[in-house]
Amino acid sequence: MIVRTQIIGFRTIVRKEYSRVIRIWVQTMIPPAITMTLYFVIFGSIIGKRVGQMGGFEYMHYIAPGLIMMSVITNSYGNVVSSFFSAKYNRHLEEMLVAPLPNFYIVLGYVAGGVVRGLLVGGVVTIVAMFFTHLRISSISVTISIVVLTSFVFSLAGLLNAMLAKKFDDIAIIPSFVLAPLTYLGGVFYSISLLPDLAQRASMMNPILYMVNAFRYGMLGISDINIWLAYAIIIVFSVSLFSVCLVLMNRGVGIRH
Amino acid sequence: MAMHNAWPMKALSIKNLTKVYSNGIKALRGVNFDVEEGDFFALLGPNGAGKTTTIGIITSLVNKTEGEVKVFGHDIDTELMAAKACIGVVPQEINLNMFDKLVNIVVNQAGFYGIPKRKALIRAEECLKQMQLWDRRQDIARNLSGGMKRRLMIARALVHSPRLLILDEPTAGVDIEIRRSMWRFLREINRAGTTIILTTHYLEEAESLCRHVAIVDEGKIIEYDAMDQILRKLKEEIFMLNLREPVDRVPDLGAYQVRLSAPHELEAQITRDQSLNGLFAELSAAGLEVISMRNKANRLEELFFRLTERKNNHESEIRSPGIKSPEIKSPGAIA
Ligand SMILES: Nc1ncnc2c1ncn2[C@@H]1O[C@H](COP(=O)(O)OP(=O)(O)OP(=O)(O)O)[C@@H](O)[C@H]1O
Ligand SMILES: [Mg+2]
Repeated sequence: MIVRTQIIGFRTIVRKEYSRVIRIWVQTMIPPAITMTLYFVIFGSIIGKRVGQMGGFEYMHYIAPGLIMMSVITNSYGNVVSSFFSAKYNRHLEEMLVAPLPNFYIVLGYVAGGVVRGLLVGGVVTIVAMFFTHLRISSISVTISIVVLTSFVFSLAGLLNAMLAKKFDDIAIIPSFVLAPLTYLGGVFYSISLLPDLAQRASMMNPILYMVNAFRYGMLGISDINIWLAYAIIIVFSVSLFSVCLVLMNRGVGIRH
Repeated sequence: MAMHNAWPMKALSIKNLTKVYSNGIKALRGVNFDVEEGDFFALLGPNGAGKTTTIGIITSLVNKTEGEVKVFGHDIDTELMAAKACIGVVPQEINLNMFDKLVNIVVNQAGFYGIPKRKALIRAEECLKQMQLWDRRQDIARNLSGGMKRRLMIARALVHSPRLLILDEPTAGVDIEIRRSMWRFLREINRAGTTIILTTHYLEEAESLCRHVAIVDEGKIIEYDAMDQILRKLKEEIFMLNLREPVDRVPDLGAYQVRLSAPHELEAQITRDQSLNGLFAELSAAGLEVISMRNKANRLEELFFRLTERKNNHESEIRSPGIKSPEIKSPGAIA
């Protein structure tokens, strides 16, 4: 009974987040479509022809999974960080805080909203990619599970950022100073086997590398890393980030005085 | 809606509530009061007294430092969800999602309280109609006027039919007509069983609506009683008498203290052992004809002023009018 009402609360958050993404589609769906088209044109068509093959695939084909993953990561993160922060900043988060809705469902609701946006944008970018290259999927279960889990992890990371942020600057710093470098260096555009030994080892410290490679494995069947290790890393991140978010939420960090 | 139990139940019970904010401000220093089920309760006090902090703790927007809060018997430390389910709150500061449509705001709030969508739509329609906002339902909150936003927050607070409705200055910035209709509406839902806690700086509003009062000052309850009991504590009242003919000096009215505030106007102070009849007898004997009379200040306002300003009030008993007039002091503007 209690749980049923709480599920309704959770679904309300997801529906609200979904309609926010759709309402501001010009901000949420169009920019990734444009950026990714540019990537495909520049790196895929223009430069890619000179690169030749990478990992046994045409360069365009090789980077497609990486670019899809990159947009999933940025959009999941971006959705939760901006939606939660503005709800906190403009105080309408209070609508949820006063309701008999446990923090668990509030966290899960926002994160689900981020996953929905990540997957929607991932879908749009996949469609864009299909104009440039012939996509195929080697393992549908790996592809789907990795994209959903990764989206989950970065939605949580976005939530954490939003909870700790005090001003708008704070929600811009992490995406541009941490997320972007890690993503670009996370094997989206190249195989780390091209890197010198030290750089390879440094890259192995980057969790995004595992996610991108696992996803590429799902699509192309090739990977620089062991995909079970990728699953383990993603699950550890999911659980620990979820716990941290929940603890902060229960303590009311940044949301209750 | 509230049901009448065999034993009268406390809608709210607060014991030794303290709050120290992270910046060191002691907003509450041991607050105690109870609100009976079905009551219409006024929580009054000057700016910064701790009213919003108290409400924040009850609604779990503020973490308490110490003390105990029970809502319909549910302790917020152990049965938070049950406590929250009983409460509807209208905050002092506008906290609407400005880009959301009115109907979505109210429907979503119902959803957060676990009301299924279909029922939520019906309730949203009822509440928006009650607040005269139904024809604006497809508008976004940003396009509403200030008073409309406040009404929207009331509609939102009512959507799950709370047993306890807490309103933090709901009538600030609301025009007279709407304020009157809001009063009528609040009386109505109170009669139907909803317990109401109201904070306001318009003391005539509290006097006409509320049956019990707590006055907070500097984080402490300084008065807590039934409204009529509280008003009885007022030792004297000041009346303004309008004279038909101007007088040029203060007339002698026996035991009654009077002052001439204008050639046509007398200010008369009446203590509790005196009476208006006696005053009028003296006036007639002095040949003065009174054409109209009014209270110099609202009675609750007078008392409130004395209680809260006692510590730094060195003015004489008869002060210039309007110092505490709600029309002059805009509530919340300094907060
Ligand atoms: N978030 C906060 N952080 C620090 N201090 C706060 C915070 N909120 C309120 N205070 C302080 O706590 C005290 C009580 O404030 P509160 O808002 O409860 O007063 P109030 O009685 O509602 O006043 P008003 O009539 O102006 O709304 C004030 O001194 C205020 O400055
Ligand atoms: Mg206040």
